Amino acid sequence: MNQNILEIKNLTKEFDNFKLDNVSFHLPTGYIMGLVGKNGAGKTTTIKLILELLEKDQGVIQVFGQNIIQHYDLKQDIAVVFDEVFFVEDWKISDVEAAISPFYINWDTHIFQNYLKQFHLPTQQKIKALSRGMKMKLMLAVALSHKARLLILDEPTSGLDPVARDELLDILLHYIEDEQNSVLFSTHITSDLDKIADFLTILDNGNIFFTGYKDELFEKYCIVKGGIDNLNQDIEKYLMGIQKNSTGFSALLDVKNMKYMNGHMVIEEATIDDILIHINHMEGE
Amino acid sequence: MKIIIQNSSDEPIYQQIYSQIREAILSGNINEGELLPSIRQLSRELKVSVITTTRAYTDLENEGYIMIVQGKGCYVQKINQNVLEEKLIQNIEEHFLEIKKCAKILKKSKEELFGILSILYEEDEQ
Repeated sequence: MNQNILEIKNLTKEFDNFKLDNVSFHLPTGYIMGLVGKNGAGKTTTIKLILELLEKDQGVIQVFGQNIIQHYDLKQDIAVVFDEVFFVEDWKISDVEAAISPFYINWDTHIFQNYLKQFHLPTQQKIKALSRGMKMKLMLAVALSHKARLLILDEPTSGLDPVARDELLDILLHYIEDEQNSVLFSTHITSDLDKIADFLTILDNGNIFFTGYKDELFEKYCIVKGGIDNLNQDIEKYLMGIQKNSTGFSALLDVKNMKYMNGHMVIEEATIDDILIHINHMEGE
Repeated sequence: MKIIIQNSSDEPIYQQIYSQIREAILSGNINEGELLPSIRQLSRELKVSVITTTRAYTDLENEGYIMIVQGKGCYVQKINQNVLEEKLIQNIEEHFLEIKKCAKILKKSKEELFGILSILYEEDEQ
């Protein structure tokens, strides 16, 4: 049961202007992992490498304990939802099943129809007439109808209203309830992750900044704020991503360095957003 | 079973779940042998991560309030009456310590504290 459904080791991929550098993380079976980072941090590249939509330069990607490259049929057990719908715009919802289902050995029409009902998707509606939320639900319905054990979502919540986002969280938690299924989803809307993710992987400029239990992240980092006159070289060397302005500064701090701070500063819990913003300021330091 | 998660609270979410279930057991709102929602059911209902509910349930199990049976569910354990009494007395002592601290700051005497206590009891009787 403690087996990893997804294991990535030293994954590297170089483009002209971007490098995904030596990325390693793993997702235990039965849990939800959030992949976070600002735009261009390497989230989609990582997902595309897992799905073999891109060819890796180096590294190992194992799904269900096996190398995906040698076991092409493993893809039957992976479901993907991208932020854009990849069905033909003029299709009706009923056409989608006819077009997609032949690709999947385990396609279950009954499950698909149930999801259409549950998500209130009218079968006669054309794809182009659907709202963003409905398109996302249609892709989820397809993704969940072939009994995949690993669900990968790339920015599923961007452009969705709060109600649709809440519904998505519910669907994901329901999906992992049987302890066999796992979810990897990338997002920059971190409030969703704050709630339901068990594990987090933070990417920064193609590098891993953190990967592990979500709670561990908040136990490891905090935010320090204070006046500019509180800062000196000795203190600054412990601070990460210092943001200064005329009213004061704020920075990220490893909790183990808290003893070097002085009483004039305020220390508070960091949110995922705080961490993303400050690591963005770390570059060039 | 009623559980209310306060996002604005300083108390971590797993702690909130833990203490609310514990209170419900101690106060008799949930009885011995009663089946609680599974870890994953609870996480879906509260919209929190599985790790969070696991942590709350593990703490409850370690302290003997519940028993987690793999694949079956989580049951409320029989609470030993003596242990329960001891816990409540400990609770009272902790509160009294807090009161003593406050009284020291305000320079209130023991007699004045007894006075407050008897007024509270009188209010109860009325």
